[in-house]
Amino acid sequence: MTPDLLPIILPLVWGAILALAVFLYVLLGGYDLGLGVLFPLAPTHQDRDAMMNSVAPFWDGNETWLVLGGGGLLAAFPLAYAVMMPALYIPIIVMLIGLILRGVAFEFRFKSSAYRWTWDLAFAGGSIVAALMQGLIIGAFVQGFKVENNQFAGGAFDWLTPFALVTALAVVAGYVLLSAGWLIMKGDQALRDWAYIVARYALIAVAAFILIFSLWTPLLHPQIAARWFTPANMVMLSPVPLATVGTVYALWLALRKRMRYAPFLLAAVIFLLCYTGLAVSLFPYIIPPAITLWQAAAAPESQLFMLYGAIPILPIILGYTAYSYYVFWDATEHEGYH
Amino acid sequence: MQLEPNRMPELDPLLLSRIQFAFTISFHILFPSFTIGLAAWLLVLEILWLKTGKRIYADIMRHWTKIFAVSFGMGVVSGVVLSYQFGTNWSEFSRLGGNVIGPLMSYEVLTAFFLEAGFLGIMLFGHDRVPKAVHLFATAMVALGTLISAFWILSANSWMQTPAGYTVGPDGVLHVADWWQVIFNPSFPYRFAHMTAAAYLTTAFIVSGIGAWYILRGRSVAHGRIMLGMGLSLLVWLAPLQLVIGDLHGLNTREHQPAKIAALEAHWETQRGAPLILFAVPDPKEEKNHFEIAVPRLGSLILTHEWDGEIRGLKSFPPEDRPNPIIPFYAFRIMVGIGTIMIAVGIIGSILWLTGRLYSSRWFLQTLVWVSPLGFLAVLAGWFTTEVGRQPWTVYGVLRTADAVSPVPGGSILFSILLFVLVYGIVFGAGLYYIAKLVSRGPDETPPVPEEGEADLSHRPMAAAGHP
Repeated sequence: MTPDLLPIILPLVWGAILALAVFLYVLLGGYDLGLGVLFPLAPTHQDRDAMMNSVAPFWDGNETWLVLGGGGLLAAFPLAYAVMMPALYIPIIVMLIGLILRGVAFEFRFKSSAYRWTWDLAFAGGSIVAALMQGLIIGAFVQGFKVENNQFAGGAFDWLTPFALVTALAVVAGYVLLSAGWLIMKGDQALRDWAYIVARYALIAVAAFILIFSLWTPLLHPQIAARWFTPANMVMLSPVPLATVGTVYALWLALRKRMRYAPFLLAAVIFLLCYTGLAVSLFPYIIPPAITLWQAAAAPESQLFMLYGAIPILPIILGYTAYSYYVFWDATEHEGYH
Repeated sequence: MQLEPNRMPELDPLLLSRIQFAFTISFHILFPSFTIGLAAWLLVLEILWLKTGKRIYADIMRHWTKIFAVSFGMGVVSGVVLSYQFGTNWSEFSRLGGNVIGPLMSYEVLTAFFLEAGFLGIMLFGHDRVPKAVHLFATAMVALGTLISAFWILSANSWMQTPAGYTVGPDGVLHVADWWQVIFNPSFPYRFAHMTAAAYLTTAFIVSGIGAWYILRGRSVAHGRIMLGMGLSLLVWLAPLQLVIGDLHGLNTREHQPAKIAALEAHWETQRGAPLILFAVPDPKEEKNHFEIAVPRLGSLILTHEWDGEIRGLKSFPPEDRPNPIIPFYAFRIMVGIGTIMIAVGIIGSILWLTGRLYSSRWFLQTLVWVSPLGFLAVLAGWFTTEVGRQPWTVYGVLRTADAVSPVPGGSILFSILLFVLVYGIVFGAGLYYIAKLVSRGPDETPPVPEEGEADLSHRPMAAAGHP
């Protein structure tokens, strides 16, 4: 490969790696946070313990994808990181606070009987707040930020828009759907019965939100409308919305037939399709509509240096993450401590 | 809904961001300082258990794994905050320095955080789920992960102290010319050795202190003796070695960051045969010290290893390039003072041990209990010395802190500081309380490690201990 091609290709490669990291976080952190959202609604105490146990060995690893998302953005696209973080100052900080509260609840909750309710509250509250903030962040990101001289030039509350608020609710609904799918795989009979009902409601909400965003997002920026509705593109891109409709219907059927593993997998596919749709809408912008992947990219020597490490290491990470899931697959099924 | 800057003229985003970063990173560093040492110690215990077959090692390991879990959890959640704070509060530093600093931190995530997270579950909950060898491997990987993490983050920090291997573009953006020079920048080997040793010392001090406490109160005495013995065995040689490492680190700082040395020694004038100032009240306005107590010539001897070596004073630097000496001066003395206490404890304790009087010398055991948390204070004091001493630069000599800050209004930062203070107060207060409870309960009340074939079905060992 000639050196001239590197500055063109590397940002695409890193864009793909970061997109993968964020997607894995949304998937893994999603079911993980969704459990926190469902926590107060769980039928019994035993169910709450089981829910917590089902994710206890994994939450740290799940959250590491979020750290990779943040650290990777700084490393691969420093300009995007430098614009986005100040623009989203308050939702980022509040999200971090939420993650702290729900993260320590894993360790603290089983250590206190008198104050257990406090940590139950911290787990549920922290998860809900973190999920809402992540939704706000995604919504505000899609809307774009005011940029001057390579710096964020907007106000402290620019992220607070109707679109971002609706996104926040949509993300919570999506996380609940994922975590219901998780519980259908991992719960005992009673917990599964309940999770099937939750999943059905969550799926209805998710389908409604998908419809809303399919109509609303193209109105945000003319280039998004052009991307989807130019005749040639309409045909080429039509598999994305068609597959989404098909998957939603398949999930509906899977829930009715009380299938065990299909609901989580189909929910993950719905997330993947929405994610793809979003990528189609925004590409090639990393700060829509001001900064492209290439404008924000770190120097080629920096991106290349990281790639040397990421290519061998990421598969290894995926390998031992998979091993850990294998070891603890039945972690809810025996409750030894109550 | 925008905050109007003219309504809150007194809220300086730069000062507030510095306060917030100091607050959040000070909280965070306490946990890695502890878990780097604990992970290595747990690995040693596990090896001893598998080698000797003695249950007592497994009991101690089992007990301290719970303390490790709580500390590690708090380290993780307080660390995630930092990886975003570079952007929320120091976005100009991220934009201009991202080419250099970003890859170092990404390598930390890729090589350390995932390693820790991937094997932590098995280390904490996997005793009855995986073969012993796999569990040992998982413990080793977590311990290795803590060290790799320290490697990268200290490389990044050291590069900010003694930048090397970079060029500055016309737009002010920094580019890497040589990765080897960036990673192994001049102060990195010293800082890495100094911090790793500090983490092991902090842990050894705590472990010895708690061991001494168990002996004094007459419960878990056998466990206490092993803890005290293992702690002292490390202290006796590592505390003096830390003095040597610190001295070398100081020589390196004098070469690359002379203004920091001038600040931490509170030297205003450049002089040969400079004194060692034991106590003073530095006054940056009048550019002199009040109430100074000093030993002649000792300063030059320590810093240059020569009787009349020259030490540059603060006045030889333009006022806008000087760090304020007050914090570095006192913090440095606190750190060195605690180091001296550690050396004394290690030597006295070993003499008592060798002469067979260790367990009966109640005065020594009682003193040890009281001084044992001081390692944490030393770590904080050391970091305050080096970080405040780097000012007014974020990247020494390259990027000023005032030019590194984010375009975020002071009101937002004040809000986040208050939120952090409130939540950290509650969360880490509770964490400390639960750790104290675990320590107080002691290893002999911890359910023993299951025998071969006898399944322990709880997935959270601490959960098992928390419930009757």
